[in-house]
Amino acid sequence: MNPSRFKNGAMGVLAWIVALLIFFPILWLLLTAFKTEQEAFTVVPSFLFSPTLESFKTALAQGSGYWHYAWNSVLTAVVSTVIGLALAVPAAYAMAFYPNKRTDFLLIWMVSTKFIPAVGVLIPIYLVYSAVGLLDNALGLTLLFTAMNLPIIVWMVYSYFRDIPKDIVEAADIDGASIMQTLFKVVLPLALPGLASTGLLALILAWNESFWSITMTDHSAATLAVYIASFKSAEGLYWAKMSAASVLAIAPIIVLGWFTQRQMVRGLTFGAVK
Amino acid sequence: MAIVELKNVAKNYAQGLVAKGKSDSSNNAVDNFNLVTRDGEFVVLVGPSGCGKSTTMRMIAGLERNTEGEILISGRDVSQVPPKERDIAMVFQSYALYPHMSVAENMGFSLKLKKRPAEEIKAKIEEAAETLGIQALLDRKPRELSGGQRQRVALGRAIVRDPQVFLMDEPLSNLDAKLRVDMRAEIVKLHKRLNVTTFYVTHDQVEAMTMGERIVVMKDGRIQQIDTPINLYDFPANRFVAGFIGNPSMNFLRAKHTDGVVSGDGYRLSLDGGHRPVVASRGIGDVWVGIRPEHLRLSDGTATNRVEGAVDVVETLGAVTMVQLSVGEHSVTAQLPGHHKVEIGDSLTLACDSDKLHLFDSESELAIGREPTVQPSAAAEA
Repeated sequence: MNPSRFKNGAMGVLAWIVALLIFFPILWLLLTAFKTEQEAFTVVPSFLFSPTLESFKTALAQGSGYWHYAWNSVLTAVVSTVIGLALAVPAAYAMAFYPNKRTDFLLIWMVSTKFIPAVGVLIPIYLVYSAVGLLDNALGLTLLFTAMNLPIIVWMVYSYFRDIPKDIVEAADIDGASIMQTLFKVVLPLALPGLASTGLLALILAWNESFWSITMTDHSAATLAVYIASFKSAEGLYWAKMSAASVLAIAPIIVLGWFTQRQMVRGLTFGAVK
Repeated sequence: MAIVELKNVAKNYAQGLVAKGKSDSSNNAVDNFNLVTRDGEFVVLVGPSGCGKSTTMRMIAGLERNTEGEILISGRDVSQVPPKERDIAMVFQSYALYPHMSVAENMGFSLKLKKRPAEEIKAKIEEAAETLGIQALLDRKPRELSGGQRQRVALGRAIVRDPQVFLMDEPLSNLDAKLRVDMRAEIVKLHKRLNVTTFYVTHDQVEAMTMGERIVVMKDGRIQQIDTPINLYDFPANRFVAGFIGNPSMNFLRAKHTDGVVSGDGYRLSLDGGHRPVVASRGIGDVWVGIRPEHLRLSDGTATNRVEGAVDVVETLGAVTMVQLSVGEHSVTAQLPGHHKVEIGDSLTLACDSDKLHLFDSESELAIGREPTVQPSAAAEA
């Protein structure tokens, strides 16, 4: 075998190993979800077992609150993404097509707000929310998700807008379009793939968010992240049930991601290739 | 159709950052720009990169705000008016077609924004498409078109607007050489047909000379000369214009003047009746002499005007032969008609007529002996 074929083969094997390593936790989660609690606890991990739907039944049972938490997850993720896009598009438009000396600083400052770990601002936000009555409130959580995602959404939309030649915006201006008309008839149609993948990314980030969900909610506004954490009780960890709950929590977003993966890859690498 | 006037127009990008009264006009991207067009005139703005021609056009369009001066279209001051209300149409260098719209939609966009009735829009699009020969392309998207076709669509989009002024920013730069020559003629024909006041920006002096009724030569943000192509060729106002207009470009020799004769190492030229009195009365000693390559001819050495040197380069183009000589410290190019058996290293003597000489002041570089023709208004005989 000549050197380059060997290299390609070795890279292939390496890629498979990395992929399996990354996928393994999810695979194990999936397997554990179909086990009984005893089997889940065996010292020697077992790959062969007779699958059961017990854990799923418990997880979805009437009193478990799965549907309530799932609905909160959907609500907060979707609404925060929509608000985020609605706020980011005008901001990115101004920065992409009418930049000034402060634009770069503004962008970097936005990103810098993500440098601080969420736990660092937990106390002030908790106190404010407590005072205003937004604790355990879907609106409160949505606002947090929006704020959390906004820098990323603005940056991504900004980069997609920048890919649109300024000439086209000027041509629309000369043709008589107002800013809103230019935005809706010229810029957004051209940036749509990018906006779609930005929206998807924001959805995924909000869906997976667990820190604020757990700390700022109790039951009424709790999301699936809280639901999974709730299986940790004084009696110990119910691994099988927890796995089933986790599978139910991540299933929707994985399905969504699977069907939109081409869009996402296209959107995320769109700006990278010049 | 409109008369466009620019009065003392200037553009300073640093404005706002510099304290009032301290801004330095020598940093202006465009400075002291004065021009009055005729109704329906084709005006070309030409100059090297960075000379301010595009900036000036963008100020006429309203895409840049002029920091000083006034811009008037049909007598109306549009300095504070946004582009869409100036009734102008622009053709961009990159064509700036809307990629997600068909050709017909691109052309009809402005009318649709004005909420014109659908039949009117359709009629105008078809009329413009017929003028430009693009009827077959109306349903295509820009990415399916060739460069020349896209350019026509960009022109069509401008024509449909039926504006008072056309602005064209280097529209032919992205086309290959042959297409450029074809489109040049088409644009001129189009202009004759529509008779709309047009501003055309280019860095190519050949385009400027062949298309413009009047040409504005610019350098470093300032107008060097405004005149018809022929006047720019025959009577350049300064050394820059003389060297910019004409291909191959004019030769410049540093010379010393004595008694109606300018001379230097390798050349001796006597001045004609037009130059002699002016040079004498101003007591000029050092001077720039300009001679166009096409005005030099082979001589047997008996002519009063002499330029001689050793041949460095010979380029045979068929119709003409380009010869480059080392004349003292200068390099002189001559364009000789027909074929010539000239070898590198040969010693050649060239002659030219005295009335084909151009003189420029050695410091100010302004033309001597001819009236500079920086005329803001249209030439009287035009």
